[in-house]
Amino acid sequence: MSNKISETLTFECETGNYHTFCPISCVAWLYQKIEDSFFLVVGTKTCGYFLQNALGVMIFAEPRYAMAELEEGDISAQLNDYEELKRLCLQIKKDRNPSVIIWIGTCTTEIIKMDLEGMAPKLENELGIPIVVARANGLDYAFTQGEDTVLAAMAHRCPEQILLIERKKVIQDSNIQNLFSFLSLEKKEETTNKNFEKLKKNPPLVLFGSLPSTVASQLSSELKRQSVQVSGWLPAQRYTDLPSLGDQVYVCGVNPFLSRTATTLMRRRKCKLIGAPFPIGPDGTRAWIEKICSVFGIKTEGLEKREEQIWENLKDYLNLVRGKSVFFMGDNLLEISLARFLIRCGMIVYEIGIPYLDKRYQAAELSFLQNTCKNMSIPMPRIVEKPDNYNQIQRMRELKPDLAITGMAHANPLEARGINTKWSVEFTFAQIHGFTNARDVLELVTRPLRRNNNLENLGWSNLTKKETKNEI
Amino acid sequence: MKLAYWMYAGPAHIGTLRVASSFKNVHAIMHAPLGDDYFNVMRSMLERERDFTPVTASIVDRHVLARGSQEKVVDNITRKDKEERPDLIVLTPTCTSSILQEDLQNFVDRASITSNSDVILADVNHYRVNELQAADRTLEQVVRYYLEKARRQGTLDQSITKEPSANIIGIFTLGFHNQHDCRELKRLLQDLNIKVNKVIPEGGSVKDLHDLPKAWFNLVPYREIGLMTAIYLEKNFGMPYISITPMGIVDTAECIRQIEKHVNNLVSNKKFNYEPYIDQQTRFVSQAAWFSRSIDCQNLTGKKAVVFGDATHAASITRILAREMGIRVSCTGTYCKHDAEWFKEQVQGFCDEILITDDHTKVGDMIARIEPSAIFGTQMERHIGKRLDIPCGVISSPVHIQNFPLGYRPFLGYEGTNQIADLVYNSFTLGMEDHLLEIFGGHDTKEVITKSLSTDTDLTWNHESQLELNKIPGFVRGKIKRNTEKFARQNNITNITVEIMYAAKEALSA
Ligand code: SF4
Repeated sequence: MSNKISETLTFECETGNYHTFCPISCVAWLYQKIEDSFFLVVGTKTCGYFLQNALGVMIFAEPRYAMAELEEGDISAQLNDYEELKRLCLQIKKDRNPSVIIWIGTCTTEIIKMDLEGMAPKLENELGIPIVVARANGLDYAFTQGEDTVLAAMAHRCPEQILLIERKKVIQDSNIQNLFSFLSLEKKEETTNKNFEKLKKNPPLVLFGSLPSTVASQLSSELKRQSVQVSGWLPAQRYTDLPSLGDQVYVCGVNPFLSRTATTLMRRRKCKLIGAPFPIGPDGTRAWIEKICSVFGIKTEGLEKREEQIWENLKDYLNLVRGKSVFFMGDNLLEISLARFLIRCGMIVYEIGIPYLDKRYQAAELSFLQNTCKNMSIPMPRIVEKPDNYNQIQRMRELKPDLAITGMAHANPLEARGINTKWSVEFTFAQIHGFTNARDVLELVTRPLRRNNNLENLGWSNLTKKETKNEI
Repeated sequence: MKLAYWMYAGPAHIGTLRVASSFKNVHAIMHAPLGDDYFNVMRSMLERERDFTPVTASIVDRHVLARGSQEKVVDNITRKDKEERPDLIVLTPTCTSSILQEDLQNFVDRASITSNSDVILADVNHYRVNELQAADRTLEQVVRYYLEKARRQGTLDQSITKEPSANIIGIFTLGFHNQHDCRELKRLLQDLNIKVNKVIPEGGSVKDLHDLPKAWFNLVPYREIGLMTAIYLEKNFGMPYISITPMGIVDTAECIRQIEKHVNNLVSNKKFNYEPYIDQQTRFVSQAAWFSRSIDCQNLTGKKAVVFGDATHAASITRILAREMGIRVSCTGTYCKHDAEWFKEQVQGFCDEILITDDHTKVGDMIARIEPSAIFGTQMERHIGKRLDIPCGVISSPVHIQNFPLGYRPFLGYEGTNQIADLVYNSFTLGMEDHLLEIFGGHDTKEVITKSLSTDTDLTWNHESQLELNKIPGFVRGKIKRNTEKFARQNNITNITVEIMYAAKEALSA
């Protein structure tokens, strides 16, 4: 490695010929998160085939999702879209009785200009079930951005916040909380009493981003330790529990791919956005909490020590990753945050591929990345938006990274060529947020490295027959 | 519009991609939005492919929607031509391109002027054909393209090989046990002293396709793909084909007899007689004939079974169960609706009912109504079986990764009969064992002795933490509970809260 460290981040943009999941895949985790929802994907066999195979065994568990499969008659407008959708939604209502039906628009509905947004309110009236429309198609978005479109659509459905009532509730809630922590852990008595004073001052804070409920409550309780009360989540466990929004409400994102949701919350619901790095890795989690506290004028307590403690606990994994190099091919928009965390862990990141980069929404994360690089004396990685997988593979051939974080389409071929890989999708499904889960991220990252330690010296790392000049 | 949860056969472009990527050095370019290259994931995961799947996309995005693909498709073709130097590039339309109505043929024509590779547009319409039909068509299209090209260039040599030889048509990627079947077919032909001229598409080179007519006959092992090609070759080159699937003892023998007939039509001096071979294999090499006489199989007599799958496998397995093992097939069915007539004819007299549908709920209802002792179907039927507590042997696509075994598991030929006998027998005995255990008081391992450290008296979980604990997936809950309690004891805590749970996780995972 050269000693010269570039000071600024450089951004490149390639052809966009890369592999990723279609954004309709968000159905897979959102239907599980929002327990009373039903997702109806209005698309073709192509969409259905993708979901069926990507969801794997989930498909056999009677999921709360289905395809409204468009047939030739629908395309040539021989059939009436409204009547067709009504028929299907009636059946869904009869069979499942959900609290909300979410229509996922696809490429086909875009191309034939099916007016889902126009039909939804009419049908909603007729059926008596809210119908939310999200256009999560492959023409416009990549993978996790699907969740962004759904949450942005849901933001419109959150009730208007009425400040007075809300405030009273916060106080009541905190009383209850106080009571509980008093009962459970006596040592805490003093601090909680102090917290109680502060809690009154914390304006409503809504966090957005879909996380497994355990992770969501971990983050909430992290904030509670700093006496910040979370007043709601978008999405909540149930559609009927969507949080109240309004111009007094502060919002903060937990995932890097939620820029449309953030924009909607700011522009349409007049919320105040707290721009922070994302709570991925102990460094990110601390920065995230600090930023929220600073906005509320709260001095954090014991946060530094807590972060240190977590790093201490990660020691065995850090020894494994230190000095190793990583190449992110890019497909899920978590890349910047993950790269920043891995650099802090002592890894060298060659390239951060990313489908789409909203420099405003990710501003705090980007400057955090920059600082981390400086502090660790590690060269700035190149950030490649809309990467070209073919070119990336050529670059990897030169760089020979210790680890490629990549989609499943490339994983096995790269492994056969002696390059360790970690499937990128796992990061979207694993629990990676907050202090508690930092270890899980490293568990994933080190898995191929640990596997190699076991298989070392067997002498068959390269398992391809002949190497044509175009391949690695 | 149709409410659909699950489909048996995929969209058309998957069929085209399967054929294209089975050939050596053929590259497919999909005209598709970002995200439709999921085929690459499937191939890489299910087939555990070591090489990059030769499929890329010419991406349809907003710009394309507004202004058309313009130079994009042509550029992508010429770029691939330079990068990979494939023999053939197949431009593959998807559901999206089916409705965009761009003149893809025009792009192909323009691209083929500048590129060294041959370029063709796959002739498949998303709304008219499914994966299997598309595969069948694409294979025929590629074969036709190269044979006509050879004819035009005058390089087509129509003489047949000196020794008897055959083409095997229809072995391809992501096909159910296709690789193993192919090996078994080659072995069978070798035993019969017949050379394998070409195997297509798997591992074949398009440059060699003009040699196809050299074979004495074509063997089409699966109904779903290859028939169109065989019929084309018959019409244009007078090549006979055999489309009897050599699955099961009776049909394998029948297939061999057909081969004998075709071969003897062409030889003049000596006549081939395969009867002794069939006899030897049936009685001593394959264990299946002996198995059906054995006591084991006697116990299966009259047991009820249900069969469902693609036309080839469902028909063959039905006949094997009924004819070779004396099992009662209460219902058999296929999702290949386009081939319903053939299917009905094949299973006539071997079953009580026939079900032609691609709606898995109909199949599920049928199984629930019949309550068979065993099911032979696809992965979907396996899951239906799980729910109803009925064992299921998987005999057809669609399948999961466990149906791409590393070990040798053909369904065709004489070794295939052994494999099928095992599969059938294991499915039934599993079911019977389970049943017996139930009658005699259940599995003794059902009550797992918990290795819990706690006596459950000195610690209390508050309401929240109990809720939290219940949210944790069942299979790790016990462990989390134990660890948390251990941590609590070490720290002299008696009341377990959510905070304590997290603290325990952090402390113990360190
Ligand atoms: S990219 Fe478009 S057509 Fe393909 S699965 Fe996604 S929404 Fe459906």
